[in-house]
Amino acid sequence: MKALSFAVLLFIFWILLSGHFTPLLLCLGVASVALTVFIATRMKVIDHESYPIHISLKLPAFFVYIMREIVKANIDVIKRILKSGGKTISPQLVEIPVPQKTDLGRVMYANSITLTPGTVSVELDEDKVMVHALTKEGADDLLSGDMAKAIPDEVANK
Amino acid sequence: MTIDILSWVFLVSGGLLGVIGGIGIHRFPDFYSRLHAAGTTDTLCAIFILLGLGLQAGLSLEAFKLFLIFVFLFFTSPTASHALANAAMHGGLKPKLDESNSEAKL
Amino acid sequence: MFVAATLAILITMGLALTRALMGPTVYDRIAAVNMFGTKTVLLIAVFAFLSERTDLLDIAIVYALINFIGVVAVLRLVEHGDFHSSGETVKKSTKVDSE
Repeated sequence: MKALSFAVLLFIFWILLSGHFTPLLLCLGVASVALTVFIATRMKVIDHESYPIHISLKLPAFFVYIMREIVKANIDVIKRILKSGGKTISPQLVEIPVPQKTDLGRVMYANSITLTPGTVSVELDEDKVMVHALTKEGADDLLSGDMAKAIPDEVANK
Repeated sequence: MTIDILSWVFLVSGGLLGVIGGIGIHRFPDFYSRLHAAGTTDTLCAIFILLGLGLQAGLSLEAFKLFLIFVFLFFTSPTASHALANAAMHGGLKPKLDESNSEAKL
Repeated sequence: MFVAATLAILITMGLALTRALMGPTVYDRIAAVNMFGTKTVLLIAVFAFLSERTDLLDIAIVYALINFIGVVAVLRLVEHGDFHSSGETVKKSTKVDSE
């Protein structure tokens, strides 16, 4: 079932990338998709984690949230780059608790932290992530846990 | 016409953000803070420039390809930043921390 | 207008390159090269529109992926000293180094 939807997605992807519709090229595309799906199933990489279709409904809201955060953080970092005079930054190394239960949720949280400029996740553990923050305000923002609530996290229903 | 102006604004501000990030990686004092400046250019600068190009492309195959570039950058740039920070931490590079601490050390 | 964006990206690439040449630590250099690569992707994309050869966008896509893999590979080389060691042997070798 998952392999089938994976194949359909791959074929749509292939058509959008190639933009050709001659029969020969379409046949070659079908063949390459079939080969890819065959190898992927043989490697057993199409599972709940690598093919997270179950959270795709929650992604648009998360996307809007992360975009707003990226813009806000960017403006802050740019101000600090351009401000003249010494003390514009106060680098911090803090540990942030990670409430997510699944590996996917944890990785998404760590990546979101890194994606917003001003904070970089340095080390990801089971229940906490070490973060290097450019400013004290950025570290405090993360400690308040607003971002953690926005990450879609669903326990794998096996 | 308005689309042209809008994409002009996006392209120019994206370019400006890139240059500011480039200045940032020279002004910040240590590796970890430079990573933040590089992150600025990786995210908003790329988003703006790709948006500006996408407005020029309209609804076409080119726009989809620009979207793909955006998605790949969106996934790979934080992973690369994290890998860099992690490798630097394991390699024993100590970050210069909070200004009060570093003053005490100096 | 594409010319302005191209110039800005080229200036950024120049700044990243000077940081890569100056960088006090090897990680500074890798971060600068990573940034240089990201800007190359944007430059190819802008250039595709500047020269009206939008086929170049495919190259930009491929470059975005290759750049990431390249940075991770170089990081692995710097961290472990070789490409082929697995996690466990790495721990052993670093222990030996620290002892």
